[in-house]
Amino acid sequence: MILYWSLILALSMLLYVVLDGFDLGVGILFGLTRDETRRRHMLAAVSPLWDGNETWLIVAGVVLWGAFSQAYSLLVSVFYIPVILMLAGLIFRGVAFEFRGRARRTRAIWDVGFVAGSVVAAFMQGAMVGALATGLPIADGRFTGDVMTWCSPFSMLCGAALCVGYALLGAGWVVKKCEGDTRDAAYRAIPPLLLTVVVLLVVLFFHALHENLAIMHRWLDRPYLFIVPLVALVAIAGTLTGVRRRRDNQPFLMIVVLFICAYAMLAISFWPYMIPFSLTVSQAAGPHASLAFMFWGEGLFVYPLMLIYTIYSYNVFKGKVDLTSGHY
Amino acid sequence: MDTTALMLSRLQFAFTVSFHIIFPSFTIGLAAWLTVLEALHLITGRPAYRRVFDFWLKIFGIAFGMGVVSGIVLAFEFGTNWSELSRLSGPIQGPLLSYETFTAFMLEASFFGVLLFGKNRVKPGFYLFSTAMVALGTTLSAFWIMVNNSWMQYPVGYTIQGGVYVPDDWQKIIFSPVVWVRFPHMLLAAYVTGAFCVAATGAWYTLRRMCPAEARIMLRMGLFLAAILVPVQLLFGHLVGDYVHHYQPIKFAAIEARWHDEQPASEVLLAWPDAAHEKNDYAISVPVLGSLIGSMTLDSKEVGLTDFPRSERPPIVIPFFAFRVMVGCGLLMLLVAWGGTLLSLKERLMRRRALLWTVFLCFPLPFIATLTGWYTAEVGRQPWTVYGLLRTADALTPFLTPHAAAGSLLVFCATYVFIFAFGTLYIYRLLKGGPAEDLLHQSPTALPNRPLSLATELPPTVK
Repeated sequence: MILYWSLILALSMLLYVVLDGFDLGVGILFGLTRDETRRRHMLAAVSPLWDGNETWLIVAGVVLWGAFSQAYSLLVSVFYIPVILMLAGLIFRGVAFEFRGRARRTRAIWDVGFVAGSVVAAFMQGAMVGALATGLPIADGRFTGDVMTWCSPFSMLCGAALCVGYALLGAGWVVKKCEGDTRDAAYRAIPPLLLTVVVLLVVLFFHALHENLAIMHRWLDRPYLFIVPLVALVAIAGTLTGVRRRRDNQPFLMIVVLFICAYAMLAISFWPYMIPFSLTVSQAAGPHASLAFMFWGEGLFVYPLMLIYTIYSYNVFKGKVDLTSGHY
Repeated sequence: MDTTALMLSRLQFAFTVSFHIIFPSFTIGLAAWLTVLEALHLITGRPAYRRVFDFWLKIFGIAFGMGVVSGIVLAFEFGTNWSELSRLSGPIQGPLLSYETFTAFMLEASFFGVLLFGKNRVKPGFYLFSTAMVALGTTLSAFWIMVNNSWMQYPVGYTIQGGVYVPDDWQKIIFSPVVWVRFPHMLLAAYVTGAFCVAATGAWYTLRRMCPAEARIMLRMGLFLAAILVPVQLLFGHLVGDYVHHYQPIKFAAIEARWHDEQPASEVLLAWPDAAHEKNDYAISVPVLGSLIGSMTLDSKEVGLTDFPRSERPPIVIPFFAFRVMVGCGLLMLLVAWGGTLLSLKERLMRRRALLWTVFLCFPLPFIATLTGWYTAEVGRQPWTVYGLLRTADALTPFLTPHAAAGSLLVFCATYVFIFAFGTLYIYRLLKGGPAEDLLHQSPTALPNRPLSLATELPPTVK
């Protein structure tokens, strides 16, 4: 049961990062262009999908609370400020998305809301991951820090890195879904974004080494982990060849692989801890009665149905966006 | 624990949850009404029913979307501000809430999509079935929330292990007697809300002399449903009162502003309760009625607040007045619903402009009644978060500072007011346009899990 819900939680979070990652990334890129046609193309590339993508955050949230209430109560309260700002950012992003098309004079407000909401949400997510990797002051299952503990140079840098990472993912998605001018601009954006991500990751790596973060020892203890960066290198190369040869589907796919590598790297180096290095997955897990109650209804039936539905809706909107014919 | 942070957190939760409940209480009723409309359309074949259906489906979509957006915040607020509650009751409340989310998703994913896109693609019978499933979905969502909240009012089916409340009997939790009076009470509140909003819209159109056929359907059906539902609601309200009387005598005494034991007890109709001196100022009371309401006898002894130490008592003023406002709204609605139905049976309603205005202006009443009902239940439960188990002060995140709490409250107020202003504006525009305008030229970019998109006519180039 514990393993099952751990996997479900991990999968939900990965799906969230990859799926909402690309539409938040498009939101960030949206702020970098002034061209109205390009902006509309970019919006059209994510508009049928963003809301469904965000569902995975809620799924991850309720699974975390239902199955791992100890971790939920600690993490969500320790990250009070980033969680609240992330939620506000997501709300603004979503509402701006829907109301922009309807607005006449107020379009500028919604544009700012869309970009700022995306940036804030992405940054806060990165900062939370960074703070988690740094390690939280926890004694006997109780948090001993304060509301600003999450805020450190390392976590700030992680926030910035995730913003650039999401932008990269977003650019890959725009290449995949758009044509013409918009696609070309996204193609041009990928190499510098990729370079920035790699540089930031290297800086983070040395920072972690310098600070002697406990997480580094995990990597040295588990040398098989270094397969993951190797795969990541292949993915980077794949992204670049995809850009050079103008294969529209390849960059996005490769960037997703890159994200999965980064995610797996974190997940494997944390395991079996849910909050490194003070709360393990089994310590965080709720009693069997709770996990079983969730398993026999939502775990066994609803969750697989959600996966199928996600695949289905992506299938409906596959191919390039077409702004003239009225259909995708 | 910081008392300012506690107060601010309570304010924040009250604000966000009050904002949220407005939308579900509207959509739950609306979904049921849509089902009735679609069934009538199938049976009678009258196209007017279909036009009314299409019109309200669109409004349903926006309200549903606003409910989802404001609900997400709540799911995280349990953790941000009430981390001790979520830690201690997580094994019970977490799974219940996750069922709510998953149920809501099932509804969005499968059947709401059919409603939006499937009209010409599925058989009429299946379309009706999908409508009913959406209504069932919203109802189930409300059910899980009521199970959750009823457990906080009257915790059952648990053991305490290491300070944590661990479920040992889910059946007891789900089939708790409290659930089965409070859930119908909430459901009926939602149905009455839907009925009144529909009737008010019909009255509005009649006053503006537009869409006569559709307005007639809305007005008559809305009033007729309300005329049946409001008395049933009053009955369930009484049953909820019985559970409070039985399980939460302090709350009952607070609602009645009864300070001392009385036998037979009088009923305070109106007063200004003075908690400092434990008495009521300017009281208007009726002898014996208190015993009749509390125990259905003429001579029962009813307990007063002074039986309990001050540390166990809830604030008196809010439950006392909130309850009276709720009952007042209920009685007013009964009057309007019965009066309106009677006149409409005699076909005189359409000509009585004063009554039409009354029906139109009544649409806030069910919302006020729902909110004040919740204030009675939740403030009356204080000082407990989980009644008798966990005090609100102990449920708070221990290291939360007043600054952080004030900041988040500001962020939520600003965000919600902003969204609410625009959301209401768009619903208002739709309502004003009326069903005659063909509002449902369907946007191909709208997906069932993206109901807010119904509010927007996306720019033509994006279509």
